[in-house]
Amino acid sequence: MQRLSCIFWLGLKEMMSLRRDWVMMALLVWSFTLAPIMEATGVASSVNNASIAFADEDNSPLSRALATAFFPPEFQPVVQIVPGSGAVQMDAGRFLFVVAVPPGFEKDVRAGRAPEIQVMIDATAMEQAGIGANYIINILGDEIRRFAIGADLVDPPPVDVILRSAFNLNRDTVRFAGIVALIGQIMWLTTILTGAAMIREREHGTIEHLLAMPISPFDIAVAKIWANAAVVLVAAGLSLTFVMQGSLGISIAGSKALFLLGTALFLFTATALGVFLATLARSMAQFALLVMLIVLPMLMLSGGETPIEGQPDWLQVGTLILPSRHYMSASQAIIFKGAGIETVWPEFAWMALLGIALLTMSLGLFRRSVARDG
Amino acid sequence: MSVEADTETFRVAAVTHRYRRHTALDAVSLDLPNGQLVGFIGPDGVGKSTLLGLITGAKKLQSGSIEVLGGSIDDASHRRRVCPAIAFMPQGLGRNLYSELSVRENLEFFSRLFGQDEQERDIRISALLMATGLAPFEDRLMGKLSGGMKQKLGLCCALIHDPKLLVLDEPTTGVDPLSRRQFWALIDAIRQDNPCLSILVSTAYMEEAQSFDWIVAMDAGRVIFQGRPDTLRGKNDDLETAYRQLRATEQPRPIPDHSVVRKHYAEPVIVACGLTRRFGDFTAVDSVDFSINRGEIFGFLGSNGCGKSTTMKMLTGLLPASAGEALLFGNPVDARDCEMRREIGYMSQAFSLYGELTVYQNLELHARVFTIADRAARIEQLTERFGLKAHDKTLAAALPLGIKQRLSLAVAVIHRPRVLILDEPTSGVDPEARDAFWDLLIELSREEDVTIFVSTHFMAEAERCDRVSFMHAGRVLAEGTPGELIAAEDTDSLEEAFISILKAAESPAPVVAPKVDLHATTRKAAAGLSRVLAYARRESVEVLRDPVRLAFAFLGSALLMLVFCFGITLDIDELDFAVLDLSQGPESRAYSAEIAGSRYFRPTAHLTDAAEGRDRLIGGDVSLVVELPPDFGRKLRAGEATEVLATVDGAIPFKGETVEGYVAGLHQTFLDALARDDGAQQSEIARIEPRFRYNQNFESIAAMAPAMPAILLIMLPAVLTAVSVARERELGSVINFYVTPTTRLEFLIGKQIPYLVIAYANFVLLAWMTIVVFGVPLKGNPIPLAIGALLYVWATTSYGLLIATMTSSQVAATFATAIASVVPTIQFSGLLQPVSTLEGGAQMIGSLWPSSYFLHLNVGAFTKGLGWEALAPDLLALACFGPVLTAIAVLSLRAQEK
Repeated sequence: MQRLSCIFWLGLKEMMSLRRDWVMMALLVWSFTLAPIMEATGVASSVNNASIAFADEDNSPLSRALATAFFPPEFQPVVQIVPGSGAVQMDAGRFLFVVAVPPGFEKDVRAGRAPEIQVMIDATAMEQAGIGANYIINILGDEIRRFAIGADLVDPPPVDVILRSAFNLNRDTVRFAGIVALIGQIMWLTTILTGAAMIREREHGTIEHLLAMPISPFDIAVAKIWANAAVVLVAAGLSLTFVMQGSLGISIAGSKALFLLGTALFLFTATALGVFLATLARSMAQFALLVMLIVLPMLMLSGGETPIEGQPDWLQVGTLILPSRHYMSASQAIIFKGAGIETVWPEFAWMALLGIALLTMSLGLFRRSVARDG
Repeated sequence: MSVEADTETFRVAAVTHRYRRHTALDAVSLDLPNGQLVGFIGPDGVGKSTLLGLITGAKKLQSGSIEVLGGSIDDASHRRRVCPAIAFMPQGLGRNLYSELSVRENLEFFSRLFGQDEQERDIRISALLMATGLAPFEDRLMGKLSGGMKQKLGLCCALIHDPKLLVLDEPTTGVDPLSRRQFWALIDAIRQDNPCLSILVSTAYMEEAQSFDWIVAMDAGRVIFQGRPDTLRGKNDDLETAYRQLRATEQPRPIPDHSVVRKHYAEPVIVACGLTRRFGDFTAVDSVDFSINRGEIFGFLGSNGCGKSTTMKMLTGLLPASAGEALLFGNPVDARDCEMRREIGYMSQAFSLYGELTVYQNLELHARVFTIADRAARIEQLTERFGLKAHDKTLAAALPLGIKQRLSLAVAVIHRPRVLILDEPTSGVDPEARDAFWDLLIELSREEDVTIFVSTHFMAEAERCDRVSFMHAGRVLAEGTPGELIAAEDTDSLEEAFISILKAAESPAPVVAPKVDLHATTRKAAAGLSRVLAYARRESVEVLRDPVRLAFAFLGSALLMLVFCFGITLDIDELDFAVLDLSQGPESRAYSAEIAGSRYFRPTAHLTDAAEGRDRLIGGDVSLVVELPPDFGRKLRAGEATEVLATVDGAIPFKGETVEGYVAGLHQTFLDALARDDGAQQSEIARIEPRFRYNQNFESIAAMAPAMPAILLIMLPAVLTAVSVARERELGSVINFYVTPTTRLEFLIGKQIPYLVIAYANFVLLAWMTIVVFGVPLKGNPIPLAIGALLYVWATTSYGLLIATMTSSQVAATFATAIASVVPTIQFSGLLQPVSTLEGGAQMIGSLWPSSYFLHLNVGAFTKGLGWEALAPDLLALACFGPVLTAIAVLSLRAQEK
């Protein structure tokens, strides 16, 4: 009981300290307001404003119709270029796609000779190239088919496929990018806040002062963990309501409370990570470098930036031990798909398990490091 | 003394200096004689350091004027002309030295800054090392020297260029009395050899000022006296009393009544038996013994780093002993015993309360931790007794030092401990505050029988203790009452006694002035270049000796390269899908087989109804659900139009769109196959042939691996460079740049060179990884790539310099640089979105950002197989960034402290 009250008061002290630390407060505000907004609206991950050129050697009504079939926001207006100059222009990075229409194309279509259109794709632009190529092939195919049906060359196809994008009818990228950004900020900030609080205590010599009192290293660490976790949890909740829903207009399919419960579970891990890195680092500067090396990969491999299925098989197994992956997947299920506890409980269990393991380890290390430094 | 020396004086006129709202100097005017030893006296925070910093030109003058060596120090050209004649040793032992460098390397660095050639350097360094007795330690790292040795090294570094003006800011604070005495002997010897040398020195030890030629006494930013020491002393016994009289707050010094303790208690409270502590192969405390009785004030005397703090930490249980035993109330000290800690009040060396809490909040927090029942009453009582009432709601950080110490003591006694352990509680506190503090200690000891164990390096304080123990280099040299010690050594004062004991323990090095045998010192023409190299060489040695930064530089980039390349792959295949086949005919089975047969999809158990499909999509088990209507087969056979419903998990937009593309493609394949089977009219109207250029198999690694260096080679080099500049500022060694002839450009380029080399080595490493680890061949011309990479890392390290000039701490530099380099690179350089698809402002930023060009260059050379003509525009663009960014950094770097 006495210990609990100690931990409670030390935690309150932590919050008071944080309130007066304007650098951290500024970081906190920036991370939960402007940073996710910028990330969500800045980069469109699918095809957007792609540059496309036509090398039209046919110049028939059909080829001209093809060139006018591309519209914003996916595509920039088609630029007509001199046939044969496509490769050089692509080397200079001016176009992502160059469509080459051969001479006599329309005539060949009418004659049923199945002529060939070449679509040159800059395959080094990974995200745009793959999906963009699909778009172009579909657009060209539809246009040619419409022309062929109109000219009574072919019958309409017997089977049509209706593609439905579940959970995201409008293929909106802001919602996805916004939530991923918020989750990323939660990870960064929790680790930085907790670790910085530990190191500040050491650099100011106050940790010795605490240890000379009837407080164990465990109590100190736990106080920091609960205080910083609480701050981040509140900030994340506010950000979700006012920034995500309010400012970005993101709809949340599932229960906010469930998402915050998952966040709370994840915060154990992230704060434990902060304590762990703080025991490794000798100074604030080293800590800052370490955070970048550890948190960045955790985020990159969490499945937020790129799909887990894209990782090699061995890595997919390896990333199972990353709490960030479980958090990301549970959050996406709750927010985008409206999943309930019956769906996400395995992810929650993983997070709890990993959090406890990491916390135990870092508390042990912290105790050792205190004994070493004196 | 020459005539010229007499006419040349230091003139300070109406100088006022403010730090935000705090006035450090208030209209100070002084006329100082030349060729003399001038002392500035007064406690901490009266403005001594500010004044000395202004005189040397390390700080920028705010108002008033200062003339030094025949010109205004505020005039940049005069400053440049005279700064080779000025040497400045800032406050704090070895603050302008480099702890990662050896004694000799430190001296060599300063010698190079003044453009001395190798021969001259060797002669000067050996002379200085001989004179100061540092010769046997020339290879020891500066960080591992004792306080006295650091101070000697600092003096050597200051004297390496034969200055005409030597400025020493508190050179002897925290140094043992013997080292202090030797230091002044050395200064005397040097002055005899160079009668023209002017020395300005500040000190908090009034007794040292006795031997100065001229004294300037300061208080609260004002000069309250200047003249000869005898004039100041007047009829008083010593300068300290005289100084107090100037401040007109003379109070009698309390002397404890020694007899009370002896009579009543002989019960040992703190006992140390052979207490020893080793750190690695260094013995900090070497079998120390003592016993302290109840109610006694026991003083622990010794220089910085002699083991006082370590001993105290072992007594509080903060540090386990390597050997021996510490007993408290007869029980061994146990770090885990929380009950024992309730008996101890501990005050550590530096102020260690929470500066961001108010006085009341600090007291309350501690009262809560100790679960004091009558909390409010106790706090009330303490604030009353310790004179903290008026400061109740003040933030602890904003308190003057003397009041901070009282607060620390109040916190230490809040739980009514029976033992107080105080580690140098009064260092830096002015004399009156020190007296008030001792009043409290004596009261606690005499009235409440609290046993007090206090360490200090002030002799005057030691005299007030019941018993004193002298510690030096980890050992206790003598112990007894002040009277006994003085009698035993047959000396007049406690200080003399200590010196005599120290001399017996280790014979001091002989004091001689350095004899430099040089006929003429020739300055080399390329002095600027040699200063650049001096900085570059020093920075390289430091970074090579710092494992964390080194690991960050190399392992960091390799690790991130691996993670990014494996993590950001966009090749998606083997996705799970499920079919709801309501038709159950050969046609519907053929349709699902078409999907299952592709490399993109992997079938899972068939669905029984639409709800199940939705559940599995929500759970993330499948990414695609295909629903075939009941009449699918029948309609197909009859040639009627029918449709298939494909529901794709669109939660992750990129993945969803990729899956849609796959499905559309497979659907078309199904239709083609169907048409072929029917043998009907030709199915194909026209063929649309995609040609993936540069990367025929469309593997993301071929695009990703050459793209990643663009981000890694800006983030890591920029952060490392920024940290190295911010670090100098944080540790204080940047003062060497302020007070030596180093220009801003020389300083920055010198710091940049090592990181340029590291970054280029990183580029080679990443290129090697691209080829060998990720199997992406270099198809293009390697020469423009190699040149472009050099230009790029030049630009990125310059960017780091630029950001460092705008931040003040290492942490701020790290985060600011990381954000300011990663965000624009990801958003605007074409890493995720090709530059040709950016719009308006974004495209502008992209074209003004070096990563855009390097990305195009690296991907172009590796995957696109481009040569000179195609890459030349990138090289031209990249070549502009380095010089421009460096120029901006030079302009925004301050050449003086504010």
